[in-house]
Amino acid sequence: MAKRGKPAHTGRRRSEFLWGWLFILPTVIGLIILNIIPIFQTVYQSFFKTGDFGKGNIFIGFENYTKVFGDAEIWQALINTFKYAIIEVPFSIILALVLAVLLNRKMKGRSVYRTVIFLPMVAAPAAVAMVWRWLFNSDFGLLNNIFHLNVKWISDPKIAVYSIAVIGVWSILGYNMVLFLSGLQEIPHDYYEAAELDGATGIKSFFHITVPLLSPTIFFVLVTRVIGSLQVFDLIYMVMDKSNPALEKTQSLVYLFYKYAFINKNMGYGATIVVVLLVITMIITALQMIGQKKWVFYN
Amino acid sequence: MDSMETKKKVVTAVIHIVLILVSITMLVPFLWMILTAFKSVTEATSVDPFVIFPKVWRTDAFKAVVNNMNFLLLYKNTLLLIFFRVVCAVVTATMAGYAFGRLNFKGRDFCFSLVLIQMMVPVQIFIIPQYLMVSKMGMLNTIFALVFPGMVTAFGTFLLRQGYMGLPNDLEEAARLDGCNIGQTFLYIMAPLTRSSMVALGIFTAVFAFKDLMWPMIVNTDKDMLVLSSALAKMQGQYISKFPELMAASLIACVPMIIIYVIFQRQFIEGIATSGGKL
Repeated sequence: MAKRGKPAHTGRRRSEFLWGWLFILPTVIGLIILNIIPIFQTVYQSFFKTGDFGKGNIFIGFENYTKVFGDAEIWQALINTFKYAIIEVPFSIILALVLAVLLNRKMKGRSVYRTVIFLPMVAAPAAVAMVWRWLFNSDFGLLNNIFHLNVKWISDPKIAVYSIAVIGVWSILGYNMVLFLSGLQEIPHDYYEAAELDGATGIKSFFHITVPLLSPTIFFVLVTRVIGSLQVFDLIYMVMDKSNPALEKTQSLVYLFYKYAFINKNMGYGATIVVVLLVITMIITALQMIGQKKWVFYN
Repeated sequence: MDSMETKKKVVTAVIHIVLILVSITMLVPFLWMILTAFKSVTEATSVDPFVIFPKVWRTDAFKAVVNNMNFLLLYKNTLLLIFFRVVCAVVTATMAGYAFGRLNFKGRDFCFSLVLIQMMVPVQIFIIPQYLMVSKMGMLNTIFALVFPGMVTAFGTFLLRQGYMGLPNDLEEAARLDGCNIGQTFLYIMAPLTRSSMVALGIFTAVFAFKDLMWPMIVNTDKDMLVLSSALAKMQGQYISKFPELMAASLIACVPMIIIYVIFQRQFIEGIATSGGKL
């Protein structure tokens, strides 16, 4: 039996090997060409300066890096990016969590609410940014005129980045909510019934059942939102004119990456900025991975 | 008992009020887009009195942007971008996901680590080399250039692998005992069972292809090769304070996707929830 089984077994192994490679080949070749090699090329590029008119590469060693670390514009962009993230991430997560809990029950209009709250996800960010820019317009905008305010939402350097973060929260809220809703559906209902017998309802059961049991989803959303918010570009690019006095206090790292690499055609400096972003992202993600042990429960 | 009932009713009412307020916040920008698009510039920029509803619903702004921007072409380019990205993503990820999830072979885990690496680094790190590749091929300002970075998908591969790993073993066993080779088992038995993952990936890919702004702006600068999002970005600079025109163009760009979404909202939301949550 063992003797007859063996050739069949190796035959099976060979065919798994051949079919396996056949199936992964397009993806693997594509990933190597489109993603893996470019990682090294970008790092390599960051040691070069692009010559005038975007022609020729001049090796300059770590000069781009020393320049980045001494560049006040880059430091400011880093601060702007963090300010954006500090508003967008917690607000979009907490609000989405509350909405998901409210919607996680049999109720009238449930799917209508869900559809409406998710709606911004299917709108082009370019259009979203344009309409918010119009809502925020300090002279003719809906916000100032309805509430009789005189706030320069997007041209006051002190608040512009937070106004943009509000657009970010509005845009991503439905997405986070939907992720939480599907996480909530996996929490068995008897947990709540048991808690109710013990006298825990409403807010108590939210903190003692929902949050711990949903913590893997919350952690996942947190990690992806932090990464996403560190890459904010579309909203800032569309909302902030080049002549906007608050531009300097709102432009993000990726905005500067785009500006240097594709407007100023200094690919080397652009590459350096994005390598810095990579390192920051990895550090923050690693910190979150370490921190999760304290509050994320897997069963 | 009676007070329990009233308490429940009050709670339900409060929940509805909260949800209605949030819904209004989500809808106001879209409504304001519509209202402004049907106003004249004077009406849109009138402050005293501030005008909410247009007195006459004008279509001038729509006519102006339709005359100036070739929306048919923009729809066509956007549709082709979405179509090819979805086809590439679903086909390559379905195949690779099966191999990564169900087959055992040498080199598999190493190759899968490439998938994970791609998902962990910020996408901007690929953009300069990808742009230089397209540029060297002489393919700037083509549909190919738009599709290029999305020809394979690490995320989709991961998603489909999860889908395959959740399937029971006995079907595959039965197919093998019936004499199916691995290719046949994949094509006739396993792939059809992951249809929901494929739909999820397709929707996810379509939505994000539609929303992509930076890549189309970089590779396609010719007026005829823009997509909806990059065309909006470009027009904003030209129509500085013509708010009705800006809103009309935004509306024209967004309405098709919104209509598709409202019709298939269950598939959209579930597709995005399963794909987003499985990452």
